[in-house]
Amino acid sequence: MKKVIVKLENFSKNYGEKQVIKNINLEVYEGEFLTLLGSSGCGKTTILRSISGMDKPTSGKVYIDSEDVTDLDPSKRKVNTIFQNYALFPLMSIEDNIGFGLKMKKVPKKEIKKRVEAMIKLVHLEGYEKRKPKELSGGEQQRVSIVRGLINNPKVLLLDEPLSALDLKLRKKMQIELKQLQRKSGITFIYVTHDQDEALTMSDRIVILKDGNIEQVGTPEEVYEQPKSLYVADFIGEANVFNGEIIEKNEKNDVVKINNDVNILIASSNHNLGEKVKIVVRPENIKLIKESKTEKNLCGVIKEQIYDGAFTKFIINIDKLVIKALFIGNDKTFKVGDNVYLKWQVEDAIVVGK
Amino acid sequence: MKHNKFLDNICLFLVFTFLFLPILVIILFSFNTSRLNIVFEGFTLDWYRELFNNTSLLIALKNTLIVAFVSTIVSTIIGTISAYGLKKYNFPFKRVVNELLYIPVVIPEIVLGISLLCIYTLLKLELGMFTLILAHISFSIPFVIINVRSVLENMDPNIEQAANDLGANKFKTFFYVVLPSLVPGIMSGAQLAFTLSLDDVVISYFTAGPGSNTLPLQVYSMIKTGVTPDVNALISIMLLIIFALLMISAIVNLRKLKYEVTR
Repeated sequence: MKKVIVKLENFSKNYGEKQVIKNINLEVYEGEFLTLLGSSGCGKTTILRSISGMDKPTSGKVYIDSEDVTDLDPSKRKVNTIFQNYALFPLMSIEDNIGFGLKMKKVPKKEIKKRVEAMIKLVHLEGYEKRKPKELSGGEQQRVSIVRGLINNPKVLLLDEPLSALDLKLRKKMQIELKQLQRKSGITFIYVTHDQDEALTMSDRIVILKDGNIEQVGTPEEVYEQPKSLYVADFIGEANVFNGEIIEKNEKNDVVKINNDVNILIASSNHNLGEKVKIVVRPENIKLIKESKTEKNLCGVIKEQIYDGAFTKFIINIDKLVIKALFIGNDKTFKVGDNVYLKWQVEDAIVVGK
Repeated sequence: MKHNKFLDNICLFLVFTFLFLPILVIILFSFNTSRLNIVFEGFTLDWYRELFNNTSLLIALKNTLIVAFVSTIVSTIIGTISAYGLKKYNFPFKRVVNELLYIPVVIPEIVLGISLLCIYTLLKLELGMFTLILAHISFSIPFVIINVRSVLENMDPNIEQAANDLGANKFKTFFYVVLPSLVPGIMSGAQLAFTLSLDDVVISYFTAGPGSNTLPLQVYSMIKTGVTPDVNALISIMLLIIFALLMISAIVNLRKLKYEVTR
């Protein structure tokens, strides 16, 4: 049984009239990398600020390590926050920045020096001890801000879009560094981002938020392969969506009638006969064939072929429906204007409800 | 069009002459043998010697410095805390208060002087050093607040939250993180308060009492009896001190600038 380190209980938050968090419950396990994912305004930062104590919930409770901290001052909570803009103390040297938390706890100077040294080593910033934050690059500053939190051995490290101010290359590099840092330290990370790639690559579990509600919680595989709603399917990765109606229920499969009177098979679902459903198929699961042999397949015209090095993407029009299909490498089998049939495995068709 | 460098230099020279000629004249006349500040007759150091025997002038100088230092320190402390409070906390009519701050700055000094005198009379306060210092504190505070506030406006609010998050309570956050960042604003506010106090005549005229005569008041009253050249000597010494202080601050700033550029 995994230990719960942070728990939100019936947590709501209002800003004036507006309810930004709507009565959510969430448990975060010790040692995991949990990502709060959602578009701007979904309430992800509000949740983070409530755990750190910078915001108080309108109703509900926050527990850290089984202790009710709802009304506890941020300075007394065993969590630390990493800010998007780093928020380093501009007039202090790098070592003073990193050692600040320990200084506040009145740790002896000798020990502070030793632990600061270890932290500087951890993020490879040797030789920067005496510099001021302004003299460091964005990536270096973010590394300082991360160890400034880590040095305090927090129960949880809260990261508020820490990489969004960095350029793409550096961001990718820092993603790996952060993940390694988390694994090495064993500290629970709660990470806020709107970047679904970041969430998929780094997280143990992802919490997808929409308008102050939790839409789905799961591992990256779960939320990508078994999205519970159309919103999740669309938000994480790309999705082709078909509207259909269940017209037959067999032992193993359901038959769904989708546009153009084409019937497709899906794995048995808990939807009833005659119910309208939405079917999601990921672009990389779609195969294109020139001729349909036995079953009746969807047929469309290739409108666009986009080559981006590692992948080739096809945009296929089926009447008014636009379908995306993705292939590894430079696929030359088809060209724009070709008529193609679409195929996929039964298990790749995901039902996401109405 | 051809750029005339010669004309540029002439203009520059004229501007500087306009600015500094009066000061140069004062310094020159402090070495003048004649009692009158009209013609230069010959070189002497007598006025400097006389200055140190002119007790009333020296007492006025002492009073001026006491008033300036005390009022600067007190108004800087009050002004800094006020600016922080005005930025950080919300209360009814905050915007009105913020705008009202400019009134003591733009109000004619004579109005402020009369108002203060009124209050002192109402409160039956005896005019003297205390009332004078109080008056100087009251007109200096808005200048400090405005200076400190401009620095506060540019401060990243996350920094305070970060300090709080790292275990610093409100007091420690202010002391370790906020205050050091405010130093430039506090210094320029204090500088302004000090200079304003140092050369104030109008407000001091209404609020000073017996025994609290300041240098500007003393010089002002001398006009009736004639300004003696030892005042020139005193002013020259003060100018020298101010000049030295300015040079030090310029050198420090220049060093800092060089340090940043070479980085």
